[in-house]
Amino acid sequence: MQEFVHFLQHDVLARISPPLGALPDQIVLLGAILVGAAPIVAFMAVIAMAWTYGERRIAGFIQARYGPNRVGPEGVLQPLADGIKLLAKEDIAPAGADRPLYELAPLLVFVGALLPFVALPFSEKWVISSMAAGVFYVLAFEAIEVIGIIMAGWAPNSKWSLYGGMRLAAQMVAYEIPMGLCLLTVVALAGTLNLGQICQMQGGAFGVGNWMVWPWVSPFATLAFFMFFVGGLAATKRAPFDLPEAESELVAGFHTEYSGIRFAFFFMAEYAAMYVVCAVATVCFLGGWHGPFREWLAPAAGAPTISDLLGKAVQVKTADGAWFVWANLWGALSVLGKWAFWKPMLYELLGAFYLIAKSFFLLFVMVWMRWTLPRIRIDQVIYMCLKVLLPFSLLCVLGAAAQTVFTDWNLLHWLLSAGK
Amino acid sequence: MQTVWPLFVYLAAAAAVPAGMIMVSFVLGARHSDRATGEPYESGIVSTGSARLRFPIHFYLVAMFFVIFDLEAVFLFAWAVAVRELGWAGFAEALVFIGVLVAALAYLWRLGALDWGPKPFARLSHSRHKDS
Amino acid sequence: MSDFFQHFGQTVAFIAITAVVIGSALAATFAKSIVHASFALFFTLLGMAGYYFLLGADFLGITQVIIYVGGILVLLLFGVLLTSRSLDQLQIRSRASYIAASAVGLAVLAMLWKAIIRGPWQHVTPVVPQQTTQSLGRLLLTDYLLAFEFSSVTLLAALIGAAYIVRRREK
Repeated sequence: MQEFVHFLQHDVLARISPPLGALPDQIVLLGAILVGAAPIVAFMAVIAMAWTYGERRIAGFIQARYGPNRVGPEGVLQPLADGIKLLAKEDIAPAGADRPLYELAPLLVFVGALLPFVALPFSEKWVISSMAAGVFYVLAFEAIEVIGIIMAGWAPNSKWSLYGGMRLAAQMVAYEIPMGLCLLTVVALAGTLNLGQICQMQGGAFGVGNWMVWPWVSPFATLAFFMFFVGGLAATKRAPFDLPEAESELVAGFHTEYSGIRFAFFFMAEYAAMYVVCAVATVCFLGGWHGPFREWLAPAAGAPTISDLLGKAVQVKTADGAWFVWANLWGALSVLGKWAFWKPMLYELLGAFYLIAKSFFLLFVMVWMRWTLPRIRIDQVIYMCLKVLLPFSLLCVLGAAAQTVFTDWNLLHWLLSAGK
Repeated sequence: MQTVWPLFVYLAAAAAVPAGMIMVSFVLGARHSDRATGEPYESGIVSTGSARLRFPIHFYLVAMFFVIFDLEAVFLFAWAVAVRELGWAGFAEALVFIGVLVAALAYLWRLGALDWGPKPFARLSHSRHKDS
Repeated sequence: MSDFFQHFGQTVAFIAITAVVIGSALAATFAKSIVHASFALFFTLLGMAGYYFLLGADFLGITQVIIYVGGILVLLLFGVLLTSRSLDQLQIRSRASYIAASAVGLAVLAMLWKAIIRGPWQHVTPVVPQQTTQSLGRLLLTDYLLAFEFSSVTLLAALIGAAYIVRRREK
């Protein structure tokens, strides 16, 4: 992303408006990230809203009833109405609450849920920061959420909150280990922690044949995928692991006392966390942005990139001391009429479509499970984690590492060198 | 370094968004104070006592397991990236590392420390320390 | 110009992180309630991760978040929540403890100060390694193999110790 911003500034903006192009790099980058952060936050809000609606409609379908269908066509505007309603509600705190912690907790949970999006790719080139340790990073920021949840459980001085918060914290913390080990399986196969590179490796074979999840790529990754998904269900407290907010015994768990916008933060954070789990599973196991027919749009070797096109289009006129060159701006805009511009754009868009569609399918499975499976007990939750997922995920890591070493290892060569 | 910059800026942006939403809510939201507004919700029953309760020890044990296995996972993350160049030697070394921890896990399993119930270690106290 | 801003940005980030770290550390030290102190520690630990990120040690920074924030601090909070009968009364108010803690703190500070003053500081151009994780893994399993294997034995001891403590309390 930095390179592209740098290019935009020095080769495009500088031609259109020399004074703007001469701004310090860091300032421009800062602006670009702020501009880039807005759609991400908006995207998260849209995901959360879409899935509050989707979840209720799917629940309605499964339970043979309607679900929200009054606000807007088929009720699609329901989440918007809910959002406005929550904004306009009173923000109540119990009298015995620890006010500073009570007010801070939802923010921590919300920010913690937003942070993984920095390293999460949306398409091959659409990622805020392609971090070298991306996988590890995405795992780490669950930690901030855990602290926020303990805070939210403790601060309101309410028994339901305390029990829900502690249960969830223990559950999240416990399930982070097998989840990490399942991702480690993929890391051992790919040899990198960069989410983009892991995804890139799964291309080819018509965009579907090389996904990590297929047993012919690695049977260990297949097992790891299912275990990761189960761990993800637990870490995002989805059924059957939803006992931290079991409505029939704990009212609503750690957010019992929260109202209005602070409740909305928890709500949005939950859906954002679900999306993160599903998107990471998609990128690491389900081929991410790869899918059928996408390769047809792949830019041919030597074909001009968007940067090339833009760079050429703004060469209409030299600035000659003017602070704004309209001709070059029109030149830049004329790019929008060219197939050579839209082809790579479509390539990225189709990638983003595949990634988000696959993630949404996993989200659908999560919702489906909620309305299908009964809730399990806390001892079963811990049993599942420590006695099933942990040993098997360790096995997967070792298996995947052995597979990687074995494929690289040349027995004959080894025997010959040992004989020397 | 260069990949870290967006993180800092994004963190600031991510904190600014909820702050703005709280301000909007502060302006739009109602404020009232009734007899039971400040009461914690206990399903309509008048609450007794503080909610600053003691917690079962299992939670502590789970957190402890987490710290230990997470440390292990961090070491393994460093290894997993370099699996290819370290070859079989590295694999054997990691196997020893994991083996020691699996031995610990097996011991705890046998001890019944992984059971979450009213009586952890029930198996142990029944089989070996009947009178304790 | 660009260099200046790079430097400027780093300085601003450093000052901001330092403010958070020192402020929250002071809050943790002087907080009346032990729960507040633990939550203040959260920002201290997160700020330390910020330093590592600023220095380009991404793996170390993330490890700091996972282990200290996600692990040790949660352990601390669970410990706090399960040890005290009434957390409202669990407040650190003893004068003697303040004096003892200050003495120990000052002694550590004196030692550190001496190390800082006497230390042979060398000015080198900072090298930002591209593949921190990979080189870390390679070093751990070659040059520092003994430490690596020994750490697993330490972890084993910690696991068994934790189970032992819990067992005794349960009776």
